[in-house]
Amino acid sequence: MFTAKDYKSDQYVRWCPGCGDHAVISTLQKAMAEIGIPPHQIAVISGIGCSSRIPYYLSPYGFHTIHGRGAAVATGVKVAHPELCVWQATGDGDCLAIGGNHFIHSVRRNVDLNVLLFNNQIYGLTKGQYSPTSAKGFVTKSSPFGTVERPFVPAELVFGAGGTFFARALDVDLETSKKIMIEAVKHKGTSILEFLVNCVIFNNGVHGWIASKEDRADRLIVLEDGKPMIFGKERNKGLVLDGWNLKVVTIGENGVREEDILIHDAKTVDYTLHQKLATMQGPDMPIAMGVIRAVPCESYDEAVQNQMEEVQSKSKIKSFDDLLNSLEHIEI
Amino acid sequence: MEKKAEQKVLTDVVIRFCGDSGDGMQLTGTLFSNLSAILGNEIATFPDYPAEIRAPQGTIGGVSGFQVHVGTSIYTPGDEADVLVAMNPAALKVNAHVLKPLGVLIFDADSFDAKGLEKAGFVTDNPFAELNLSESIQLVPVPLSELTHASLKDSDMDNKSILRCKNMFALGLICWLFNRPLEQAVHFLGNKFGKKPDLLQANVKVVTDGFNYGHNLHLSVSTFTVGKSENLSKGTYTIISGNKATAWGLIAASQKSGRNLFLGSYPITPATDILHELAARKDMGVKAIQAEDEIAGICMALGASFAGDLAATSTSGPGISLKSEAIGLAVMAELPLVVIDVMRGGPSTGLPTKTEQTDLLQALYGRNGESPLVVMAASSPDDCFHYAFMAAKIALENMTPVILLTDAFIGNGSSLWKLPKLADLPEIHPHIAPESLKGQFRASTRDEKTKVRYWAFPGMEGFMHRNGGLEKDYVKAGISTDGANHALMIATRAEKIAQIANALPAMEVEGDESADVLVVGWGSTHGHLLNAVNTLNAEGKKMALLHFNYICPLPKNAHSLLRNYKKVVVCELNSGQFVTFLRSELPDVPFLQFNKMEGQPFKVSEIVEFLETL
Repeated sequence: MFTAKDYKSDQYVRWCPGCGDHAVISTLQKAMAEIGIPPHQIAVISGIGCSSRIPYYLSPYGFHTIHGRGAAVATGVKVAHPELCVWQATGDGDCLAIGGNHFIHSVRRNVDLNVLLFNNQIYGLTKGQYSPTSAKGFVTKSSPFGTVERPFVPAELVFGAGGTFFARALDVDLETSKKIMIEAVKHKGTSILEFLVNCVIFNNGVHGWIASKEDRADRLIVLEDGKPMIFGKERNKGLVLDGWNLKVVTIGENGVREEDILIHDAKTVDYTLHQKLATMQGPDMPIAMGVIRAVPCESYDEAVQNQMEEVQSKSKIKSFDDLLNSLEHIEI
Repeated sequence: MEKKAEQKVLTDVVIRFCGDSGDGMQLTGTLFSNLSAILGNEIATFPDYPAEIRAPQGTIGGVSGFQVHVGTSIYTPGDEADVLVAMNPAALKVNAHVLKPLGVLIFDADSFDAKGLEKAGFVTDNPFAELNLSESIQLVPVPLSELTHASLKDSDMDNKSILRCKNMFALGLICWLFNRPLEQAVHFLGNKFGKKPDLLQANVKVVTDGFNYGHNLHLSVSTFTVGKSENLSKGTYTIISGNKATAWGLIAASQKSGRNLFLGSYPITPATDILHELAARKDMGVKAIQAEDEIAGICMALGASFAGDLAATSTSGPGISLKSEAIGLAVMAELPLVVIDVMRGGPSTGLPTKTEQTDLLQALYGRNGESPLVVMAASSPDDCFHYAFMAAKIALENMTPVILLTDAFIGNGSSLWKLPKLADLPEIHPHIAPESLKGQFRASTRDEKTKVRYWAFPGMEGFMHRNGGLEKDYVKAGISTDGANHALMIATRAEKIAQIANALPAMEVEGDESADVLVVGWGSTHGHLLNAVNTLNAEGKKMALLHFNYICPLPKNAHSLLRNYKKVVVCELNSGQFVTFLRSELPDVPFLQFNKMEGQPFKVSEIVEFLETL
């Protein structure tokens, strides 16, 4: 049995006071303890940025690599040693700007990685520039007149790249955060966990609409596979289909009954509804949290291993000497 | 065809096959090389092919060539050809300059029609005069297309497929010319086309008809017999390309070290065959991943290294540029990694299929910060095996990235390789943290004498640590921005690399040690330089040769040897990169230099000519 303390390193955590990352790492340590994989069988790989400092603060094997390349390094670790539990820590800049290519390809391959994507819609470590997830018009030091760029929605990239697992949680929602971390480790394949985190210095209140616990009840919906999509303080709001779109209804009003509410199916291969859920925005719609998509599928590292075993079972070449003997020999 | 055939016995002969890139010249050349090796000849081959996959047929841009040098004391694929086989006018135009004055030109007369000549850009109907071919060259027109048609007239093949067999007619003819028994050719064709019996049958028929054609007509050229080499020690050999030998050297190192082999790579000319070779070796437990780009290739490899594998990445010039940052991370994290650069002409995309030694300074210095690592180079197709093996050994034993430089010339060229025995190869002892460090291991824990960091990886209980690209404290391994610590870490990383020289073999001078002139080279130019030095020594002009495979660090006796001669001339296929490095190491030595940057290997003759002026 492990406790959260077993997953802490002796390093002093250097994030700014009030940074959303503090909540996520402390939840991660609790989740790791609950999952129970010994620290020496875990590798945590990161790129560059505030959140990529995570490996230093955890006790398992850690590798703080270079900007944007965490996904590729983590892929190497996992493919080389599928028996390890591999986490990747990354931010919206590291993952979706400089590391965008590695991100979509690790998702496409479905490497069994648990990816913590810290989305605060800002570059913090370089002191405040817009990121690929910043809203259009956002004013920063590198966009003094507001950005003219359209942002990425991480979930859409995941679905477009053939992703098999996507979940989301707010930094301060410890319960949902822990739940999706545990689900991610259970899932074989690339699990993208988008954490909506606050940057108290450069983008304070970016998720302000859902920041207070009071507001959250009506403005978030935490999805659970096989459960009806119900939310709200009174647990009386739900989601139904209205034509091609989702709509919020109130149970008990206009003849709506609980059984009319959609049941969440995270396992369905078709991502149409997952995308509808993942892209819901206030004020008309709640923001979707929890495991939105979790489709069982062979992981890349498993596939590599399986293919190797198949080839080895059929091949006559068992050793280096056999390999040499397979060549055209010329006797002199 | 009245001339009486004569038999010539030669010590060596150079044959160049050339045609459209779809004409099968590489296959024809490879088969002929194999036949020659079977007969006890030494061989060296040089494929010279265009970057375009299929340029318009019959045009200059699409010409592909394969040169093979067979005989005794073969160090290079040869400067000039004794026999040139040209499948069309464009091939002749591109390759005419390599033909010796008394050489033999065999060409497909059918393709030398008005249309063919026009496509190749000839303006008259006499291409030979237009090219100023020496009158002493023996022209042998053979209607290859027509004869191949006749040979396969009873087959079900369509016209296009029939014409694709004309390379085999040429091969048959060359086999007759050089007294190569056809049985062996048929055997090799069986290996190549075994799964396609119709194609095999057609190729065998055409090669046989080509042979008989030569025999029956007693083509009015001298036939050649190349003497068996006496330099070759008894044993089992095979013909191997440099890229394949490189891949297999890594496999052997994986077996010796007990670490799984992992390759992260991205296709790039002329290095891709290393990826192909290793991707095919799942039977040996190799994991070869084709990454999404060059950067991912090396980063995946570095991840595998972090996790305890023998990791490698393979590329060429542009890819090395892209990998620079990750190589720096390997330096900083002190992880073993083999980086193979099959050099090609640069800068930028440059000359993708042509050879050049121009990435040396980038390998030595092309990273941000003080970033020392090991740089070494292979010097022939077969010794790519040895140096790839040694690159892995040095990386695993010293916890450092190693850049192994080969190039298009030796990567794609092939030579005879005496099969090694795994048991005879040097042992490899990866620098894995001993059990005694359990519970107190940090990312900076090192052998204080050699400065080599210990390797511990996920899965090892009691060795958990955090590594990364940030400067770390020498003792505690935590992030450190302390100035004095940074200086200590820089010195430590440099000292580790410098000490590797202690384990390198002492260098030996070839040629005449007592000469005043020392010729210096590195990497793939060894054969040409040795040939030139031997030629001059035979003529009584004393020359010595010092050839480098280990460049950083330099072998320990390199400095004293370089100071031993009145004149030292550094010859390389760039504008003077190694000489620049040597000048920084030995500022007191007035180095001379000889350079070539034409995308082609040296010619022995041009080196001899230059050395004679000294």
